[in-house]
Amino acid sequence: MTPVFYILAALTLAGGLATVMLRPLVHAALAVTVAFGGLALLYLSLDAQFAGFAQILVYIGAVAILVVFAILLTRGSDLPREGVFSPAWLSGLVLAAAIFSVLAWAVLRSANSLPQQMAVPQVTVHDIGIALVGRYVLPLEIVALLLTAATIGAVIVAMHEKGGAQ
Amino acid sequence: MLFAIGLAGALVRRNAIMVLISIELMLNAANLNFIAFWRYGAHPEALTGMMFAIFSIAVAAAEAAVGLGLVIAIYRHANTTDLDEMNRMKG
Amino acid sequence: MIDQADQVFVLLQHWLVSFLPAGLQQFAAVLLSVIAIVCVFPGLFALTTVFERKGLARIQNRIGPNRVGPLGILQPIADGIKSLTKEDVVPTSANAGVHFLAPLGLVVAVFMGFAVLPMGRNMVLVDMDCGLLFFFAMSASTEVSVFMAGWSSRNKYSLLGAMRAVAQMISYEVVLLLSSVSVVMIGGSLSLTKIVAAQDQYTGIFPHWYIFTPWGLAGFIMYAIAATAETNRSPFDLPEGESELVAGYHTEYSGFKFALFFLGEYLAMFSISGLGATLFLGGWSAPLSILNWVPSWIWFFSKLMLSIFVFIWMRGTLPRLRQDQLMNFAWKFVLPLTLLNLMVTALWRFMGEGIARWIVCSAILLVAYVVMGRVEMKSEHFGPRSYRYAD
Repeated sequence: MTPVFYILAALTLAGGLATVMLRPLVHAALAVTVAFGGLALLYLSLDAQFAGFAQILVYIGAVAILVVFAILLTRGSDLPREGVFSPAWLSGLVLAAAIFSVLAWAVLRSANSLPQQMAVPQVTVHDIGIALVGRYVLPLEIVALLLTAATIGAVIVAMHEKGGAQ
Repeated sequence: MLFAIGLAGALVRRNAIMVLISIELMLNAANLNFIAFWRYGAHPEALTGMMFAIFSIAVAAAEAAVGLGLVIAIYRHANTTDLDEMNRMKG
Repeated sequence: MIDQADQVFVLLQHWLVSFLPAGLQQFAAVLLSVIAIVCVFPGLFALTTVFERKGLARIQNRIGPNRVGPLGILQPIADGIKSLTKEDVVPTSANAGVHFLAPLGLVVAVFMGFAVLPMGRNMVLVDMDCGLLFFFAMSASTEVSVFMAGWSSRNKYSLLGAMRAVAQMISYEVVLLLSSVSVVMIGGSLSLTKIVAAQDQYTGIFPHWYIFTPWGLAGFIMYAIAATAETNRSPFDLPEGESELVAGYHTEYSGFKFALFFLGEYLAMFSISGLGATLFLGGWSAPLSILNWVPSWIWFFSKLMLSIFVFIWMRGTLPRLRQDQLMNFAWKFVLPLTLLNLMVTALWRFMGEGIARWIVCSAILLVAYVVMGRVEMKSEHFGPRSYRYAD
């Protein structure tokens, strides 16, 4: 575990923690952008260049902006009266801690059984392209269909109701 | 660990958008797991982990779009995004 | 001799680096390239500000700045001193941290984009396998800092300007990406050096630049439209139009931070023109094969300055588009044409050599352009004007 990994992991975790703990919503959105950036750098350090840059392009360039637009359209920047944490916060934290322990145990157990020294995979975009239209062509088409359906659905859901559902 | 943070956020915060952001964090954590295990695991030349992560990024973006559209529509109807106040199915 | 003039910067870099021990050499080489980029492009930016003001002035039938230095050349120094010594006003209700970080984020993201542009033979900072994707990722990150700037000022006009700017940028980002994908299809790689190398061949004396193909010409036009919209230049500069929203999302910025925004915008313009030159105009290759003796970096920078000149020209001549007209234009007109261009590119590739593919592809594109123009852009029908005179 190199120091670079620790720095990036600390950055990402700090972003994640800030996201769920910050009260003003827009600050939380900016913190999650930092978390996305940290994750993209982690992908790059794991030799997954295409995934890392796609992460920046999609998450920071689109999802973060989408979230910010939604915050501004629903006026979430006014702090609610009773505070931002729901009354059932303790049970939420306990549940999260329980799941964390289970996941950590599973990951550490399986990490011990991994082969130790693997050659670094040199993945070129050419390989990814060939894999996409070769072995993974069905998921590609399904994801395309899904994205189309999601786009149309999002537009319909968020459109002004013209006296339909009222 | 990022997954646990996201989960805590999803369960604890009241604002609907906050919950969606936490769900995105969870998805990202799962992605990170995929890439990490692909890199250090068996058969890295099969590209399975990387492919799954890329598809997962695409699907997560689509789901964020639809989810946020839903939140906007609900806000227009109920004039609040507070999840604790939305405890009735009948609008 | 010619080869040496072409590679003069690379040789200079190797010579300077050879003074250091072997362990530091690679780091020092990269550091030298970074310093070169950081010095050259802001220098070009300074020159472009004068160029633009005088160019706009001549188009508008007046003389531009002519007091500082001969023909106003030293004007950017005066501008620089002015913006550095102005008081840095931060509104009290503004979010100081985000207000501070926004211009930094913008400039950093834009500078990163320069890292993958091949500015001459063997003159790329980082030859990445997915260089194009990296470039677009960096330009996507600029949108977040634009929003940060607008929101942190706690000013409704800033926020409105920022939202408009972001909406415009994400719409035209799609067009930018799709028109580049057709180049990637033919070039065969996302790496920018390979795309330039694919265009560096000549038939007779004419180069194989992608702009000289029908889909390349259409793609270049759409790329140029998207590039002007991405960098918020006229005629798409509603977010920063001086007569519209005060100054849009950088209303509350003064002094050095405003200069940083200005720098960021012009640098974005440079890097997007650089990418356009790389993708469509052949990067550093010469226009005619007999002109190969001119160093490659001179060609790259002259193509860059030509694009900047066209940007300035468009700013001086075209009227501004309204926000809804702009979005309409993007989604209803340019995007379908871009998708069609993608299909025509695929057709081009599979049709094999010969004159047939030129005719077929040009015909498809021209017909589509005319049909789309008639169908999508019909506005309210204006009848003959009737005048009412005051009696």
